[in-house]
Amino acid sequence: MRPKIMEEVEALRGVNSAKIKEAHEAGKKVVGMYCVFSPSEIALAAGAIPVSLCGTTQEPIEEAEKVLPRNLCPLIKSSYGFAITDKCPYFYFSDVLLAETTCDGKKKMYELMAEIKPMHVMSLPQTAEGEDALEMWKNEIVKFINFLEEQFDVEITEEKLRDAIKLMNRERDAMKRLHKLNAHKPAPLSGMDMMLAQWLKGFNVEKEAGIDLIERLIKEVEERMEQGIYAFDEKAPRILLTGCPIGAGSEKVLKALEEAGASVVALENCTGYKGLDVMVDEEKDPITALAEKYLATPCSCMTPNNRRLDLIKRLAEEYQVDGVVDLTWQACHTYNIESYTVKKFVQEELNLPFMQIETDYSDSDTGQVKVRVEAFLETIEVSAVAN
Amino acid sequence: MYYIGIDIGSTAAKVSVFNEDELILNFAMPTGWSSIETSKVIEKRLRDKGIDLEKSKIIATGYGRISVPYADKTITEITCHGKGAHYLLGKDATIIDIGGQDTKIITLENGRVTNFTMNDKCAAGTGRFLELMANTLGVSIDKLANMALEGEDINITSMCTVFAESEVISLIGSGTKKESIARGIINSIIGRVYAIAHKHGIKDTVFLTGGLCEIGSFVELLSQKLNMKVETKPLARYAGAIGAALLAKNI
Ligand code: SF4
Ligand code: SF4
Repeated sequence: MRPKIMEEVEALRGVNSAKIKEAHEAGKKVVGMYCVFSPSEIALAAGAIPVSLCGTTQEPIEEAEKVLPRNLCPLIKSSYGFAITDKCPYFYFSDVLLAETTCDGKKKMYELMAEIKPMHVMSLPQTAEGEDALEMWKNEIVKFINFLEEQFDVEITEEKLRDAIKLMNRERDAMKRLHKLNAHKPAPLSGMDMMLAQWLKGFNVEKEAGIDLIERLIKEVEERMEQGIYAFDEKAPRILLTGCPIGAGSEKVLKALEEAGASVVALENCTGYKGLDVMVDEEKDPITALAEKYLATPCSCMTPNNRRLDLIKRLAEEYQVDGVVDLTWQACHTYNIESYTVKKFVQEELNLPFMQIETDYSDSDTGQVKVRVEAFLETIEVSAVAN
Repeated sequence: MYYIGIDIGSTAAKVSVFNEDELILNFAMPTGWSSIETSKVIEKRLRDKGIDLEKSKIIATGYGRISVPYADKTITEITCHGKGAHYLLGKDATIIDIGGQDTKIITLENGRVTNFTMNDKCAAGTGRFLELMANTLGVSIDKLANMALEGEDINITSMCTVFAESEVISLIGSGTKKESIARGIINSIIGRVYAIAHKHGIKDTVFLTGGLCEIGSFVELLSQKLNMKVETKPLARYAGAIGAALLAKNI
């Protein structure tokens, strides 16, 4: 049985799309964003609503393929497909779009998307190491501030930035505490619910109400834990899922894992813990603090990306995981290549079973994914018996 | 008590039966278009051989594992393969299984599967690729592998089955010797297997299972490429079924 508040969380889908329309009609500005590198604090400080537009369903891909190559990451195709088909209310009501120069596919797709709506592109350094990278990124933060000030005819003061930073830190803190509940063995929340709660949060029009909802969910889950109600039993293999972002509609690997009896306790990906790990420093000057936080995102677009390994290690220990699954979207070169490094790290340093799954959003390989997932869990079970 | 393993793969179904600790029966048949039909035929054949299914423990594996209503349990082909290969070989190994639909590399440590890799969803590097190419040349897979030993060491460069087929057709058109084309086809699949196996990591002996292990010339060419002796056993194509039967003892 799921926590009752999950129903309220799921209802956000409908609620938020109505709210975004109301907000738009009331003259509120909306900034559409695509990535964990996107500093939503700046949009908030401009009095606008930041929403996440990352495409997570197969549906608009066919349309997107009229323009984009087939052999491209489904996340990019889906995002573009939503933009050209008017099927996503959040895209529709976005006044401006924020893009970053992350992977090549996204970067070039954004050039096409920019023809549809006003877009600002932040140039992301290719490395997070060193002073130069930070200086460059600080500069990019300032340019984005200037862009929004001009577009929305507002002034983004230091005070407003500080308020937005505090608000977003509170949201991160709540989400973090929600995730950490699953460090408990057995886990009180399924990975599916955890993912949904986090993914739906990306469309929240009212941040305060969203934080309140998560706080209530935490409270309910804690009460259930006291009564001994968990999502899985003690014996379920505990999995850490890492790799490319997922969301409702692209949850097939997460779902296959849990349907086969695993408890996905830790989500290292962008729709999981990745963006929550580092808080924005509230003491420092806001621009430096924001630049430092966002540059610390351990994404495979960065080279080197050792922080991802550190994060996997920390989560694997904290959540007592029994195995690591790395999801790669087809044609995502950065995550695909990095998977070799992650595999060696997980097998040799962490001594844990590891599996990479390369797939897309479609259902065409459901059978294969199922076999892999089940076989992987069988190897974990055997090693559990042997130890 | 009988312990029965039924491995319904994409092209062939294999069945192995133990009477207590003794392996008493192995048989195979094409899977055909319906694995439910195949499982019925298997049930009849078992009964015809005098095996009392009521006094049996049965595990089904392979793609058609869910289509065996009289099985007590299903386990994936990866775990079953590992178990069966260890039984046949009597030691740890890196197993290469070239199946009709996918190619698997499985690491056995202390008799257990500790790691595996499967090719992604396209046909390159699988038995299906070989089958299609053999058809294009108008020969059987056995013949193709034998011809390859005589041919020049050429390469078919296209990874995709469809493009590889046009490449083969244009080679035929340009008058390249059939033996050399055969060699190119075998090189292509072996090259793919070589890459997957190395990315996975080779440990201990390499043990080839699946239908191709019965073709001596294929084993020879694979050994050359991997630069080590690839082992195989007469019953290797039954590894999955044997493993399933052995695992049935734990039910
Ligand atoms: S994986 Fe990288 S590029 Fe994709 S959303 Fe996350 S941070 Fe952005
Ligand atoms: S999943 Fe990979 S290819 Fe797709 S947008 Fe993210 S980084 Fe780019």
